Amino acid sequence: MFGPSILRMKRFADSIPEIIDLQREINKLFSNVGHGTTSDYPAVNVWEKDNSLVVTTELPGIDPENINISVTGATLTIAGVSKSDILKEGETYLRQEREMGHFQRNIPLPYQVDSKAVEAKYEKGILKIMLPRQQEDLPKKIKINP
Amino acid sequence: MSDKDLQKTENVTATERIRNVKTFVPRVDIYEAKDSLYLIADMPGADEKTVDVELEKNILKIYGRVENGKIKDHALVFSEYEVGDYERTFTLSDEIDRDKIKATVKQGVLKLELPKAEKVKPKKIAISVA
Repeated sequence: MFGPSILRMKRFADSIPEIIDLQREINKLFSNVGHGTTSDYPAVNVWEKDNSLVVTTELPGIDPENINISVTGATLTIAGVSKSDILKEGETYLRQEREMGHFQRNIPLPYQVDSKAVEAKYEKGILKIMLPRQQEDLPKKIKINP
Repeated sequence: MSDKDLQKTENVTATERIRNVKTFVPRVDIYEAKDSLYLIADMPGADEKTVDVELEKNILKIYGRVENGKIKDHALVFSEYEVGDYERTFTLSDEIDRDKIKATVKQGVLKLELPKAEKVKPKKIAISVA
C-alpha cells in the first residue's frame, strides 16, 4: 500500500486520511489478520514542500538515544526500542497496553534525499525528520534547440 | 513488539468537542505497588500545559489536548495516522489520597502516581497470645 510512487496520491491530498481509513476498513473486511502488523509500526505521515519531505511519527516516551534513523538513497529507516518501567519486587501490572520492544520500519521515499542534510527533531513524543531532495536528483530542464 | 492493534483507537464515547477534532483513547499501563498505583499513558503531542487530570470521587479522567499536527506550508502527501485529543476515564477501586497525587508529562507520556489512602493500606494486626 505504500509504494514508491506515493506522490501519485497528491491530487487527493486533502482527502487522504479519509481514503486511507476507507482502505483500512476494506482491508479489514477481507482479512482476518486485521490491520497494523509490526512492520507498519510506527505509523507515519509524509509532508512535502517544494523539494523537501518531512516525515512525522508518534513515538511517545522513547529516549532519543534509542531511536536510529538512517537514509540510504531513497529509503528511510526508523528503528528503535521502547522500554517499560522495570517493576520492583511485589509490583504487578494490572493493564499493559503500550507498545514495548524493538521496532524497525523502512519507508520508500519518492526521490533520493541528501543524506548529509537530513535533520531530525524529537519533541513531545513526536519524531519529525526533514529530508531535503538531493540536488543531482532534481529534474533537469531540457532546452529545446530550434 | 506484539501483534496488538497498532492503530490509534478513536474514543467514540467521549463528549464531543467544540473544536472539530477527533478524540483518541490513550494507551495505558497501570501497575500496582504496595503504597501506590502508577498509571502511564501515551499521549504524543501533549505536554504538561495541555494535559489535565481530574479525580471526582473514584472517577479518574485524563485529558490531553493536542495541536492539529499540521506542518506550516507543507502539504500532507501520505497519511497513516490522525492527530487529535486524548480522553479516557477510569473507575478506581481503591481509595486514593487525592492530595498526594503526582503527575508528570515527559516525551508525550503522562505518568501518574496515585498513592493509596492511609486507611485502605493493609494493616498487619498483631495477635497476642491469650
